[in-house]
Amino acid sequence: MNPLLISRYTATSCLGRGIGPMRDALAAGRSGLKPCDLDGVALDTWIGEVAGADDEALPPQLRSFDCRNNRLAQIGFEQDGFADAVRNAKARHGADRIGVFLGTSTAGILETELAYQQRDRDSGALPANFNYAGSHNPFSIAAFVQAAFGLGGPANVVSSACSSSAKVFASARRMIEAGLIDAAIVGGVDSLCLTTLYGFASLELTSRHACRPFDLGRDGISIGEAAAFALLERVSEPLADDAILLLGVGESSDAYHMSSPHPEGLGARRAMEAALAAAGLAPGDIDYINLHGTATPSNDSAESKAVRALFGASTACSSTKGATGHTLGAAGGVEAVIAALALRDGFLPGSPNTCDPEPDMNYLLASRSAPVRRVLSNSFGFGGTNCSLVIGRAQ
Amino acid sequence: MSRPGDSLPGAWIGGIGLLGPGLHDWPGGAAILAGEASWVPTKTVLSAPERLPAAERRRSVRVVKLALTVGLEAVTAAGADASSLATVFSSSGGDGHNCHLICETLASDDRQVSPTRFHNSVHNAAAGYWGIATGAMAPAAVLCAFDGSFAAGLLEALVQVSVDRVPSLLIAYDADYPEPLRAARPVPDAFGTALLLTPQPGPAHFGHIRAGLTTAAADTLANPALDALRRAIPAARSLPLLAAIARGEPGPIVLDYLDHARVAVDFTA
Repeated sequence: MNPLLISRYTATSCLGRGIGPMRDALAAGRSGLKPCDLDGVALDTWIGEVAGADDEALPPQLRSFDCRNNRLAQIGFEQDGFADAVRNAKARHGADRIGVFLGTSTAGILETELAYQQRDRDSGALPANFNYAGSHNPFSIAAFVQAAFGLGGPANVVSSACSSSAKVFASARRMIEAGLIDAAIVGGVDSLCLTTLYGFASLELTSRHACRPFDLGRDGISIGEAAAFALLERVSEPLADDAILLLGVGESSDAYHMSSPHPEGLGARRAMEAALAAAGLAPGDIDYINLHGTATPSNDSAESKAVRALFGASTACSSTKGATGHTLGAAGGVEAVIAALALRDGFLPGSPNTCDPEPDMNYLLASRSAPVRRVLSNSFGFGGTNCSLVIGRAQ
Repeated sequence: MSRPGDSLPGAWIGGIGLLGPGLHDWPGGAAILAGEASWVPTKTVLSAPERLPAAERRRSVRVVKLALTVGLEAVTAAGADASSLATVFSSSGGDGHNCHLICETLASDDRQVSPTRFHNSVHNAAAGYWGIATGAMAPAAVLCAFDGSFAAGLLEALVQVSVDRVPSLLIAYDADYPEPLRAARPVPDAFGTALLLTPQPGPAHFGHIRAGLTTAAADTLANPALDALRRAIPAARSLPLLAAIARGEPGPIVLDYLDHARVAVDFTA
């Protein structure tokens, strides 16, 4: 594939707002996870919460989109000059030549959960101010971002569980290649809600501790929330040496089970192979793999088999979910931003909370400085949906 | 909007699936859409395809049954191999009944959500069951664009065919919501359609389409009852295109998409 320029990127998670706090936390090996203290949630688990997400106010003309997910989105795109970069791109390319492709798993479903708690005792009706289109519907996040920037190009939401905001890079890449648009806002936003907290708990996939990806004693995920955005544009010369490029995208399906990965990681391996092929690279060209690494026994086992089969035991790798939590539909976007930071600043992120890693892998416990030219980022989800990205430096 | 002279993404239509109120499959539906048979709206009957293993068949929810039925109809009609096909699943929402039951449980004192109900709640449930039923390990895009979800899926599938030069199976589907959600999301019944799009014409194709964005208004259907169906269920926003195919009528067809843009489809029989 033709590489694309990732001209701006930002992420907000439990590590803080924007890439500065994220970079500092990753370098220090600091986790943003804490015991679950969400209002009314009685679960013995840990979460990654974005502080102040409920205090954000949307502009009056966008109030129909009000929900935790879109508040989180607004916090997210206001960081790191991302909103200004979008406005500049709009001036250069035209409002209808910029696409919006965002990933989410549950959008603003928290609003519906709360509305069900407030149903009319006699009629069973939801409160009159409940707004399905602006909050609950998966598309609400893309509609909100499009409205916030006054964009008129194509837009959709990818909602393929935990691969969502990696797969948006594939959608945007094809749309740009087809000539329908010149640039795209990609990324993902997912926020804490009862459906995922209680749902993953019912599957016995949540840990009672801060999650420990790839630790031999790993026992489940810690659910987090995040907003990650990237601006993709065609590469135009001259390119700065430190420019960050999307070099390859690979997608596959497991065709195996709704909530368990293929035990040998066959789908994961196909996605990684496809991403390398799209980038025209061999496994030895990858300096670091940001693993999906949810910290469930079966996910990490399948992924480690797939990684060892393709890369052997020497490629440096880690999962950063011990720092951010598993941000579900936003995870692919968050980890693409972490890949960009590793490339920009020359460091390999470690894995807080993990002590006793899987053998026969070069699994990084602590962050360290190192030149990084190409990163592979893995995102795999429920229903056997897989996506790998290859992100690299121009020079 | 698309610039003059831009080459628009295009594909050949190799197979079609259809299921909705009073529309039992593509051949029957095509006769109605072509004006050769009258439309008698009856509630859509959904059943899980035999191709799903028994355990998954038991667990599958309405949108899963709908998506698999129309997808398999299009693939079978075209004589294609489902296991090799890239897919685009596009729906304006997940399964409304499943969502209702989860929200009701979460609002109760006992918040034990059934594991099956939880995994059926993901927007990509139909894609997951499709992979299990067909063995397809090819990529599956799973999209939502609210009421414009059919057009969003059509664009995605056309772009896949044009850019990656592979066949792509578009499956667009929506099913009804129960109260109290229905008051906020009044989708009355199930409607699904599937289009197998290919880079080269197959032996028995239905014509060629190209698509781009437009600001023109969406086309309506001459039959007021069918047009009411088009407006009532997001996936039925596909009906003007399906009607043109059924009639073999070339020309531009404008489909609902976003608030500020529609999709103009150039159809050649």
